[in-house]
Amino acid sequence: MAKQLSIFAENKPGSLEKITSILSGKNINLRALTIASSEGFGIFKVLVDNPVEAFDALNKNNIPVQIKDIVAIYIDDKPGGLHKAIRAISKHNINIIDSYGFVVESGKKAIFVFELDKPQEAIKNLKKEKIRILTDSELYSL
Amino acid sequence: MYWDKKAETLSRSSLEKLQIKKLKQTLKRSLRSTFYRKLLKEAGVSFDSIKDVSDIREIPFTTKQDLRNTYPYGMLCVPKEKTIRLHASSGTTGTSTVIFHTPGDIDNWTELLARCIFATGCDSHDVFQNMMTYGMFTGGLGLHYGAEKVGMLVIPASSGNTKRQIKFMRDFGTTVLHITPSYLLHISDVLSKEEKIDPRELNLKAAYIGAEPHSETTRKKLEAIYGFHAYNSYGLSEMNGPGVAFECTFQKDMHIWEDHYIVEVIDPETGKNLPDGQEGELVLTTLSREAMPILRYRTRDLTRICKGNCPCGRTHRRIARIKGRTDDLLIVGGVNVFPSQVEHIIMKIAEVGTNYEIHLQKKGALDHMTVKVELNSKMFSGDIGFLNSIREKIAHALKDEILIRPTVELVAPGTLEPSMGKARRVYDNRKKL
Repeated sequence: MAKQLSIFAENKPGSLEKITSILSGKNINLRALTIASSEGFGIFKVLVDNPVEAFDALNKNNIPVQIKDIVAIYIDDKPGGLHKAIRAISKHNINIIDSYGFVVESGKKAIFVFELDKPQEAIKNLKKEKIRILTDSELYSL
Repeated sequence: MYWDKKAETLSRSSLEKLQIKKLKQTLKRSLRSTFYRKLLKEAGVSFDSIKDVSDIREIPFTTKQDLRNTYPYGMLCVPKEKTIRLHASSGTTGTSTVIFHTPGDIDNWTELLARCIFATGCDSHDVFQNMMTYGMFTGGLGLHYGAEKVGMLVIPASSGNTKRQIKFMRDFGTTVLHITPSYLLHISDVLSKEEKIDPRELNLKAAYIGAEPHSETTRKKLEAIYGFHAYNSYGLSEMNGPGVAFECTFQKDMHIWEDHYIVEVIDPETGKNLPDGQEGELVLTTLSREAMPILRYRTRDLTRICKGNCPCGRTHRRIARIKGRTDDLLIVGGVNVFPSQVEHIIMKIAEVGTNYEIHLQKKGALDHMTVKVELNSKMFSGDIGFLNSIREKIAHALKDEILIRPTVELVAPGTLEPSMGKARRVYDNRKKL
């Protein structure tokens, strides 16, 4: 299953820079990044080309980091595209912990990434609805 | 106006004679505790050798640590069935300092507070709003009993809920408050900014301010805002609580009730007694307490014994406004907190490291504490809910221990100074009151 990293960072200047410098030092390429912030701190969720190596590098530098399973899907870049996917997930009572999306080909294709409480079950149901799931290598080499 | 004219104006020679007599009784009583039996025996103190009050210097000091070491009953000098109440100050590393009282102890304490109240010109015609916290803390209940004794109408409001406090003041025509100076400043803000009430329009004539250090400037400021007289109050739970020393209407330093306490000032480094007028650490001995007499207690408070007589006619000497502490005690919103208490809690929480920082600042007129702790990388689960639940867990654990709820900030590992060595833990950015 595809992975992304959840990284703890304080909400202050320079904390993101520390993380990106560690990753670039290991020649790790960032595919996508989102930030969820709370009072005084935030969590960076990063999709990278080599999550295991990125995890080790951050861990060695004593940065709180966790590796998380994700499900990434292709959707048509048109109205209703996302709805079909979400319906496939939610009707089976699977909870979406976090998600983000980006367009890869304007007007044609978008990718949506989900962090879910039951990822295996979600994959099964998405496949039933003929929604295309990205393989790990597809995702990492975007 | 005296509550107990005879006791309050006793001649110095009679007062000293009384002190010697009561000191001997106290020593005799203290032998019933395992702690003092051992201490006095080892020091070779004989009762016959006490001819003068200064002979008390033969007795070793008692420290807060001694109180912790003997927790809970090691200093009790009467059978448990003779005691009717205990009070405790919040303790460090999980052990609080507990003081026990017999009915006689409560009566004596109440008498002293009645003296204090009368000394400020207040009596049964007054409506007294007691805004100190009730409970284990001595501030609330101590004054409560004294105020009832003199016949005041007592509103046991306890602390907090400012809007309700203001409503009480207006509805019941409160004339006297017992409150911390910082809370008084906060209320004046709320009165003028939110309620649009001029504090001078309230019926207040006096406020007893204590539980936190403040300057003469702050007193003058409060008096100007409210148009009342603010009286400085000194006490500590080990010596009962409030009522140890109090200002009279001359508002010039605090009379300390020498028929109930022997007062000394020492050099905190050498332990040598200092002459009147010289600043040092206050050392107090209880002369009346039955359940738990304490000999030569090192209060850690810095002050001096004031020279000269007070025009009020009381013969009991006065101590000056407390200048500071000789230890690392923090007073946050009137609550005593040792940094080691915070450390003790943090050490028990697996999700964070053991390094911490305490930051104190003012939010308006009120004290606010922020505790910074490092997240433990190994325990990090990767979601925000987890982080917020740790913050909540730490804040809750701290509230249980130190009675105030700090803001908890999680910081990245390795960003705070390590525990080893002399790391700076406390950043007090409050302006002195």
